[in-house]
Amino acid sequence: MFTIGLAHYLTVAAILFTLGVFGIFLNRKNVIIIMMSIELMLLAVNLNMVTFSSYLNDLVGQVFTMFILTVAAAEAAIGLAILVVFFRNRGTIAVEEISQLKG
Amino acid sequence: MTETFDLMPVLPELLVVLAAMGLLMLGVFRKGDGTASTTSLAAVTLLVAMLLTWAVGGAERVLAFGGLFVLDPFAVFAKVAILAASTIALVMSLNYLDKEKLGRFEYPILILLATLGMMMMVSANDFLSLYLGLETQSLSLYVLAAFHRDSTKATESGLKYFVLGSLASGMLLYGVSLVYGFSGTTSFDGLAKIFGGEHAAHPHLGFVAGLVFVLAGLAFKISAAPFHMWTPDVYEGAPTPVTSFFAVAPKIAAMALLVRVMTGPFGDMTEQWRQIIVFIALGSMFVGAFAAIAQSNIKRLMAYSSIGHVGFMLAGVAAGTAAGVQAVLVYLGIYLTMNVGVFAVILSMRQKGRLVEGIDDLAGLGKTNPAMAAAMAVLMFSMAGIPPMAGFIGKFYVFKAAVDAGLYTLAIIGVLTSVVSAYYYLRIIKVMYFDEAVESFDRASSKALGLVMAAATVVNIVFVAVPGPLLTSAKAAAAVLFPAAG
Repeated sequence: MFTIGLAHYLTVAAILFTLGVFGIFLNRKNVIIIMMSIELMLLAVNLNMVTFSSYLNDLVGQVFTMFILTVAAAEAAIGLAILVVFFRNRGTIAVEEISQLKG
Repeated sequence: MTETFDLMPVLPELLVVLAAMGLLMLGVFRKGDGTASTTSLAAVTLLVAMLLTWAVGGAERVLAFGGLFVLDPFAVFAKVAILAASTIALVMSLNYLDKEKLGRFEYPILILLATLGMMMMVSANDFLSLYLGLETQSLSLYVLAAFHRDSTKATESGLKYFVLGSLASGMLLYGVSLVYGFSGTTSFDGLAKIFGGEHAAHPHLGFVAGLVFVLAGLAFKISAAPFHMWTPDVYEGAPTPVTSFFAVAPKIAAMALLVRVMTGPFGDMTEQWRQIIVFIALGSMFVGAFAAIAQSNIKRLMAYSSIGHVGFMLAGVAAGTAAGVQAVLVYLGIYLTMNVGVFAVILSMRQKGRLVEGIDDLAGLGKTNPAMAAAMAVLMFSMAGIPPMAGFIGKFYVFKAAVDAGLYTLAIIGVLTSVVSAYYYLRIIKVMYFDEAVESFDRASSKALGLVMAAATVVNIVFVAVPGPLLTSAKAAAAVLFPAAG
């Protein structure tokens, strides 16, 4: 019988994390997608933490997850706030347009 | 054993967090513009916190909050440096905020919160407290970078910093989750126990992968080479006083954190992480030396210069010995004095009331403002590492530690890149003394800037005569991380 074990969860988390990283680097459209990719990375970490926590029978991982969720919310709020002031100044959130500073 | 809930070790942090909340209230409910008063009160808070840190820190290692928080001479050393850097950055920004009409009372509060995060970082004794300290610091810094919210450059730098900073936090966290999964604990002491001794030689592959992710996340925070892309943009785009804050305090905190993580939980795994550190040290040295040559904006130049300095410090970390850590701490102390001095000069670069940032704008400074030119020249010599300036001593200890640990290639390449970087430091001196003045700077710059400039210059000159205090305190701070050797 096929059972879902630790390795399966870790693989899913690893795939989600990789998707998040690639979402940041390959995305050419707009910054909102980057924010979503960041969330995806953090959720992959959460999945990892919860999996290990259950596997090890240790609560630290779940406590850690709670903290990550809270901080991720704060981070999203700050990111969106910065995005709003950026949009006010430039009138766009396209990734190609974020190119005033270079060299 | 009963657990006592002792708040003494966290007294400085408590003071800073209470002051931040109190000042926020003061700023909100006060009528009129409260920037000047909140800024001065915040500076006083930071100074008192520095004295408190000194007072509560003994020679022993004290744990608090169930082992999440540690206070030892290493943390005290780093905290005093961080608080000094933050105070100076705050004092230097008063004049700017006033002149650019940027005065908002949130500015000192954000600096206080960022400083709080840094203090938590250097005292972290568990990956959980490490993460929370790091995020407290980063979230405040993202906002500070975009503080000039009507400037396209500042908001762009804030956005870039946010995206790449979050990416780094994500990588760090993924590494932490792997380390936790393959060891069963996130406590530094627990990890040191599990991976100490003979277990260190053959760790599980998953654990090593976690270590690499953690290192990548931390390398981003110190802006070491393959993860440095954000640094020049953020330094250039952020308001100049914010840049002067970014250049020193967060660097000290992140570097101290890196040292603690590498010597604490992974202390017996030097062979596993040394090659990574050597690689990013070499990368940072090269980027710092070569990419800075083509720069014409002085803030951007300082960004590349700081990447180079981080590379030199990493050479001390790579040694993985008490002498190496001592060298890193000495370098950090000297780096602080050099950078606050240079940024005091940059903040005084005003023509007709407008802040200028071009290296060309320094032309003829030797004639139009000899005192400032002399200060800048001394600081540039120090940055380039020319004896007898303080910068030379910092480099000397770092490379000596690397050589003693058998890292000859690293030390030789370090010295060579240091020679290359001398080119752009000396170019600034050449521009100041041998180029024709285009337009002189405004005379009336603030007293605080002049004072910081003069103090930094004097410290950089006389350090060679009295290196004792810094060397001994750095030695004591480093020794506590290597209990077996002492």
